[in-house]
Amino acid sequence: MSEMFTIGISDMKVAKSADSLVTYALGSCVGICLYDPVMKVGGLGHIMLPIFPVNNPKENPLRFADTCIPEMIFQMEKLGCNRRRITAKIAGGAKMFEVAGDSSFGNIGQRNVLEVKNTLSKLQIRIYAEDTGLNYGRTVYFYTEDGKMVVKSFSNGIKTY
Amino acid sequence: MSIQNLEQLNEMHIDVLKEIGNIGAGNAATSLSQMLDMEVDMTTPVVKILDITDAANMLGGPENVVIGILSKLGGDIEGIMMFIIEQDFAKSVLKSLLGVQEVSCDQLSDMELSAISEIGNIMISAYTGSIGTLSTMNMKTTVPAVTVDMVGAILSVPAIEMGSVSDKIIFIEDDFLSGKDNVTANMLLVPSIESLNRLMEKLGIEL
Repeated sequence: MSEMFTIGISDMKVAKSADSLVTYALGSCVGICLYDPVMKVGGLGHIMLPIFPVNNPKENPLRFADTCIPEMIFQMEKLGCNRRRITAKIAGGAKMFEVAGDSSFGNIGQRNVLEVKNTLSKLQIRIYAEDTGLNYGRTVYFYTEDGKMVVKSFSNGIKTY
Repeated sequence: MSIQNLEQLNEMHIDVLKEIGNIGAGNAATSLSQMLDMEVDMTTPVVKILDITDAANMLGGPENVVIGILSKLGGDIEGIMMFIIEQDFAKSVLKSLLGVQEVSCDQLSDMELSAISEIGNIMISAYTGSIGTLSTMNMKTTVPAVTVDMVGAILSVPAIEMGSVSDKIIFIEDDFLSGKDNVTANMLLVPSIESLNRLMEKLGIEL
């Protein structure tokens, strides 16, 4: 029996084939899909901000790119995944509103994407596909059976990666 | 005394915020009604401390496609003011404002977008203007930005910009109902914690 799990904001989940994972309506948040094709184990994380605030250790590590991704990998390794086989697909990081006279407003999406890439690169995880930036919200489906990421949006239809 | 997080707000503070929502939305409803020359009703404001997922569920689920109008607040009160319109509400407003027959929300023309932005502008100005007068605080608003998208993605904007200390943010929410079609829109005021403290202080409320 395969199930579909919903990942909330500042959350993540690791699942085995043939379960699938979904996170709804990413705006400037970023969805990170990690996959080990041999074990057919996949993880989906939904981060909101780039970097864990060291001066506020009680924060939820899953809210931040630089702490959520290592935790996902740790959970995958517990299920027998090998870090060297894990690859990534990412989506989100949009700039939802263009506020006149304040071009830095909403740049958090871009910073999120940068930090996700930075963290993945430090962990030597390759990015196979990305659907990031621009100005629209995205829902991400991730299938552990084949590692496919499907991105659904209101204005740009459905894309499969 | 000042509050550091939203859990410290007591019932009296919430009541004060409700009254603020009431006054702001009352003025906004009046200006909308004048502009459209039709009746606009509003419900009693709701003040909620929520995370975005719950807020999105209140507004029809995260994937519900709505029109979001956002204005950044500056001056004495920093925060975000959002006007979230259901597609039916937008259609009804555009029909009476521009006299168009068919409106498709996934392909709004420049004219329609500009009309929606103007409605947002007038309502947000009416709302913040009345709060400014009441509290003798100077509130500045930016020209509103408009987008048509999933409500979950739209709501993540104030949560990220204002919620840097926790996942929760405070919404001062007002529902508007227009005419016989019974279509709704919501206005959300999302102040920063510092501004909330300043506002309470100005109104002479003990924190």
